[in-house]
Amino acid sequence: MVNESAQIATEPALRAENLNVYYGSTLAVREVNLKIPKNKVVAFIGPSGCGKSTVLRCFNRMNDLIPTARVTGTISFQGTNLYAPSVDPVELRRRIGMVFQKPNPFPKSIYNNIAFGARINGYKGDMDELVEMSLRRAAIWDEVKDKLQESGLALSGGQQQRLCIARAIAIAPEIILMDEPCSALDPISTLKVEELIHELKQQYTIVIVTHNMQQASRVSDLTAFYNAEALEGGSKVGYLVEYDRTTSIFHNPAEKATQDYVSGRFG
Amino acid sequence: MNTPNTSGSSLESQAAKFEVDISSRYRTDSIFKTLTWLAISIALLVLATLIVDVLFDGLPFVNWDFLTNFPSRKPERAGLLSALAGTIWVMVTVAVIAFPLGVGAGIFLEEFAEDNWFTRAIEININNLAGVPSIIYGLLGLQVFVRVFGPNGWFYELTLAIKESVYQLLVEAFGNNSMLLQWVYGLLTDADGQITGVDITGGRSIITGGLTLALLVLPIVIVSTRESLRAVPDSLRLAGFALGATRWQVVRDQIMPMAFPGVLTGTILALSRAIGETAPLITIGALTFISFLPENLQSPFTVLPIQIYNWVSRPQKDFHDLAAGGIIVLLVVLLVMNSTAVLLRNKLQKRF
Ligand SMILES: Nc1ncnc2c1ncn2[C@@H]1O[C@H](COP(=O)(O)OP(=O)(O)OP(=O)(O)O)[C@@H](O)[C@H]1O
Ligand SMILES: [Mg+2]
Repeated sequence: MVNESAQIATEPALRAENLNVYYGSTLAVREVNLKIPKNKVVAFIGPSGCGKSTVLRCFNRMNDLIPTARVTGTISFQGTNLYAPSVDPVELRRRIGMVFQKPNPFPKSIYNNIAFGARINGYKGDMDELVEMSLRRAAIWDEVKDKLQESGLALSGGQQQRLCIARAIAIAPEIILMDEPCSALDPISTLKVEELIHELKQQYTIVIVTHNMQQASRVSDLTAFYNAEALEGGSKVGYLVEYDRTTSIFHNPAEKATQDYVSGRFG
Repeated sequence: MNTPNTSGSSLESQAAKFEVDISSRYRTDSIFKTLTWLAISIALLVLATLIVDVLFDGLPFVNWDFLTNFPSRKPERAGLLSALAGTIWVMVTVAVIAFPLGVGAGIFLEEFAEDNWFTRAIEININNLAGVPSIIYGLLGLQVFVRVFGPNGWFYELTLAIKESVYQLLVEAFGNNSMLLQWVYGLLTDADGQITGVDITGGRSIITGGLTLALLVLPIVIVSTRESLRAVPDSLRLAGFALGATRWQVVRDQIMPMAFPGVLTGTILALSRAIGETAPLITIGALTFISFLPENLQSPFTVLPIQIYNWVSRPQKDFHDLAAGGIIVLLVVLLVMNSTAVLLRNKLQKRF
C-alpha cells in the first residue's frame, strides 16, 4: 500500500484539459487547464463571477443538475474522462464529495445526517462506528456525542458546517470539493474548519474556493487565480490566470493581475 | 466637481428633507388594522349565524335513530344511515385513487420531469382543470364511467365480442368436448353459465362516484403537492446528490418527509371539497332514496349532500329540520376528517 501510493503520488488526482463551460449559449469559463495533485489542498481564488464555483462543480458533475449548463473539454480522474458516457455521475459523486457554502444539514438527527450517505451507497459495515469515526475526523465528536439523536439543525452554523464535512467524508470519497465553506462562519469556527482541512489532507485531496486571502495562504499548497474578462457585447468570461504553489502566488506571482488581486489592489 | 458633498452641513440639510410625521403613519396603520379586523369579523359572523341557525333547527333531530335509520316518507322515522355510509365509501374511494395519482403526478412534474414546452403545457392544463365547474366532471363521469365502462356499455360489448370469438375459435379448433374448452368456458362465463362482457363500474355506483370525484380533486392534489415540494429548499437536494444519491433516493429520504405535511394538508382540502359535492354525483345518477347499505364498489349509493338536498326540496317543514340535522352530521364528518389530518401533520412535523 505505502509503496503504491508513494508511486502514484506524482499522478494528479484530477486533470482538467481545455475545459469550457457554457450556461445556455454564453461561455462562462474558457480553456481551463490544471492538474490537482493527490493529497494536496488547492485553493481557487478570484473575483466574484469569474467561474470558480462553475469549475468546481464540473469536478463532481453537479453541473449536470443545471439544465442549461454544458461542458466541453476533458477532466481526467484516474485515467478516465469524467464526462465520458461510461461514467455514472451518481457513482462519481460518492468518490468526489462536496461541501457547500451555506451549511445544509438534512432536517434529521445528527446520526442520520451521517448515516444517510452510507445507507444509500450500500454501506455494509457497522453504522455506529462509521458515524463516530466521521464525526471524530470532522473534529465535532466531542461537541455532539451526547446528542446524536437531536436535529442537525439545532447546531450552530460552524458545527453544522463540520457536520456537513463529516457527512461528506463518511462515504469515503477520494476528493473533497469545498465551495467557500467558511463564508458563513465566525473566525473561531473558521479556524476549526481550517485545522480540519489540514488534518484531512493526509487522506484526501481537497479543492477549496475561498474569498479569504489569508485562508488560501494558510490552508493551501497550490493556488489557482481566476479572473474574468469582458467580451464584445458586454458578457464576461472567466479564465484561469495563474496556477502555482501558494507561496509563489502570494509572494512573487508571474502575472500583474494576480499581484494586484492578492495585494488587494484589484479593480 | 460634482461628487456628492458629504460634509456635516449637507448631511443636516439632507436630514431635514425627511418629514417623519409618525402620528399620521400610525393613524394609517390603525385604519388598516380596523379594516382587516372588520373583514374577519364579518366572515366569522356569517359563519356563526349559519352554524347557530343549523344547530337550532337540526340539533333536536340528531340522535342515534337519525344516524341508524334509512330514509323514510315519514319525517319522524327518517334517518341518514345510507347517505352516511355512502359518503364514507365514496370518500375512501376518492382518497385511495386521488392520493397516489395526485401525489405521484406532482412528484413527477416537480422533481423528475424536464422543464420543456410539454411539461409547461401540462402544468397550464392542470391549473385550468382546477377551475372547471364540477358539473363538467359529472358529465365526463356519466359518459366514461357509466356509459363506456358500465353495464351494456361500449367496453362491455367489446369484451363480450372478444370472449365470444375466442370461444368460437376454440370450438372450431378443438371440437366441442375437449378439456381445454371446458376449462376456458369456465373462465369466460358467469355463475349462470352465460358468456358475458366485463362491466367494470356497475353503472351509477360508488366506484363511478369515487372516480368522478377523484378526477375532480386530482388537480388540487397535484398543485398542492407541487407547492409543498417547491417549498423544500434546493440546498437539500444538492446535498443529497453530492452524496451520490439518485433522484428517487433524494425524493424519498429528504424531500418527501419535509413536504409530506403540506401534501397531506392539500389532500385533505381536496377531500373536504369532494365531500360536499352534489352536482357531479347527481349528474352521474346517484340515487336520492336508498334504503339499503352499499355492499361493494358497484353498489348504488347516495351521499349526505344529496340526502340533504332531497330533504330541503320537500314541502314539509319537518324535512327541512331533518336537512339541518344532516348538515350537522356532514359538518361533524368534515371536522373529524380535518382534525385527523391536523393531528397527523403535527405528529409528522414534530420529528425535526
Ligand atoms: N446556474 C447558472 N445559470 C446561468 N449562469 C450561471 C449559473 N451559475 C453561474 N452562472 C454564471 O457563470 C459565471 C460564473 O459564476 P460562478 O458562480 O462560477 O462564479 P464564482 O467565481 O463562483 O463567483 P462567486 O465568487 O461570487 O461565488 C457568472 O457570470 C454567473 O452569472
Ligand atoms: Mg461561487
